[in-house]
Amino acid sequence: MNLIINVIFRLAIWLLLAPLLPGIINKVKAWVAGRRGPPVLQLYYDLAKLWQKGVVISTLASPGFIAGPAIAWIALVGTTMLMPLGPLGSALSFRGDVLLLIYLLALARFCTAWAAMETGSAFEGMGAAREVSYAVLAEAAIIAAVLSLSVQSESLSLVTMLSPSAGAGAVLLGAGLFIVLLAENCRVPFDDPNTHLELTMIHEVMVLDHSGPPLAVILHGASLKLLLFSVLLVQAVLPLGQWPFFAAAGALAAGVLIVIVGVGLVESLLARFAFRRVPLLLTTAFLLCLFALLVAWKGGSQ
Amino acid sequence: MNETLNLLIGLAMGLNLLALGSSRLPSLIRAVSVQGMVLGIMPVIIEHAGLDWRILLVAFATMVGKGLVIPGLLRRAMRAANIDREIEPFIGFVPSLLLGAGGTIAAMALARALPLLPEHAKMLLVPGAIASVLTGFILLIGRVKAISQVCGYLILENGIYLFGLLLIHATPLLVESGILLDITVGVFVIGIIVDRIQRAFDSLDTRKLTTLRE
Repeated sequence: MNLIINVIFRLAIWLLLAPLLPGIINKVKAWVAGRRGPPVLQLYYDLAKLWQKGVVISTLASPGFIAGPAIAWIALVGTTMLMPLGPLGSALSFRGDVLLLIYLLALARFCTAWAAMETGSAFEGMGAAREVSYAVLAEAAIIAAVLSLSVQSESLSLVTMLSPSAGAGAVLLGAGLFIVLLAENCRVPFDDPNTHLELTMIHEVMVLDHSGPPLAVILHGASLKLLLFSVLLVQAVLPLGQWPFFAAAGALAAGVLIVIVGVGLVESLLARFAFRRVPLLLTTAFLLCLFALLVAWKGGSQ
Repeated sequence: MNETLNLLIGLAMGLNLLALGSSRLPSLIRAVSVQGMVLGIMPVIIEHAGLDWRILLVAFATMVGKGLVIPGLLRRAMRAANIDREIEPFIGFVPSLLLGAGGTIAAMALARALPLLPEHAKMLLVPGAIASVLTGFILLIGRVKAISQVCGYLILENGIYLFGLLLIHATPLLVESGILLDITVGVFVIGIIVDRIQRAFDSLDTRKLTTLRE
């Protein structure tokens, strides 16, 4: 009984708070540009509106067109159950759960790309190709980051990996994970979420043919992913496990807010990179995480 | 003292990678100048116990020379030759970045295997020196423009300077100041040569220099 209440409580936190983040980013961008901007709760209104709309399905599309977003969303919800929430710990924790986390993220990406290619649109195929080719580099960075955390804490489960700080390599790891966060969530140096020019889009172009509830599920999944990565980043850098309950919870919330405001500032101050520069930035992220791994290794062996 | 020094050497190694990854000449020159400044502070940190005015003078001269004068000369050469600021790599940015990172890691591993003095074993001086020398080589080999090759040469020299810091008690500071003067004159001369190459060939592409005929 306790477990069920615990899981429902966590689901409520993750699912209800996630759509807040894109709203905050947009507010920061509007504030920097001197505009009033859309309300912070805009994504909630959008999701409610999309949920009531009908769906247009191409006659070419197989059931995968609907199943893709659904599976991707379920996989992302699964990752939220594995990700510890600071002092609350995680709902489900076992040895090696971090591998499951990486695979669930990959599954979500595969399903989004699969659904994108269902209608046979050339643009969406292009977006899917870009998404997976950048993901190869971003995943290398995540795996290096996870390895460095696991070497640092000598464990393979997320709860024990994330409770101490990343030690001396924390700055490197934080910078690397922040770049990965921007890439994985298709934020500005990699992709412009506001653009509607098919040739330059990555994530937006994959969802062009989705409408109604499937689009709502995709948008909600994207915001969940953003929250997941920012929670991961904050917990990897801050030693939340050594602090008292409320201080840790407050630090986690404040950290996520700072990361999100940082994303908004990056988005307002930087232009999107040319496509040929993107692998360079992702390689930099990989190298940052790799050096964090080296620091963890050397620090541990002495 | 060791932590501060290691932090600074780590910063210099990061600047190596930044120099390998930067795609425009001004940012490459900036990376080299910041690295020169960082290296200039190091003798003061190493010798903070018996600090006398000569060390301070050399440190100050290094910082001004490597951080301001040489980059200033390079920028002036760049403006005078009116060249285009994009760097054309011979080895692409991602491969050279990976090569540099691999070199840095190899330097770390190599330095552990070397029979160093116990007081040097905990310092990053040797790996930092080897990594900077390797970075300098990659820039020298992998870039086409003369000015980026000069930057590679400067980073190479920074690596040798880091090695020299190991022997700070043994080498007279006169040697350091002599080397510094040499580089400054060298860069000054290269600045003139760059201008001449630009006038003769309408480009700074060093590949064209191989087609010289009698």
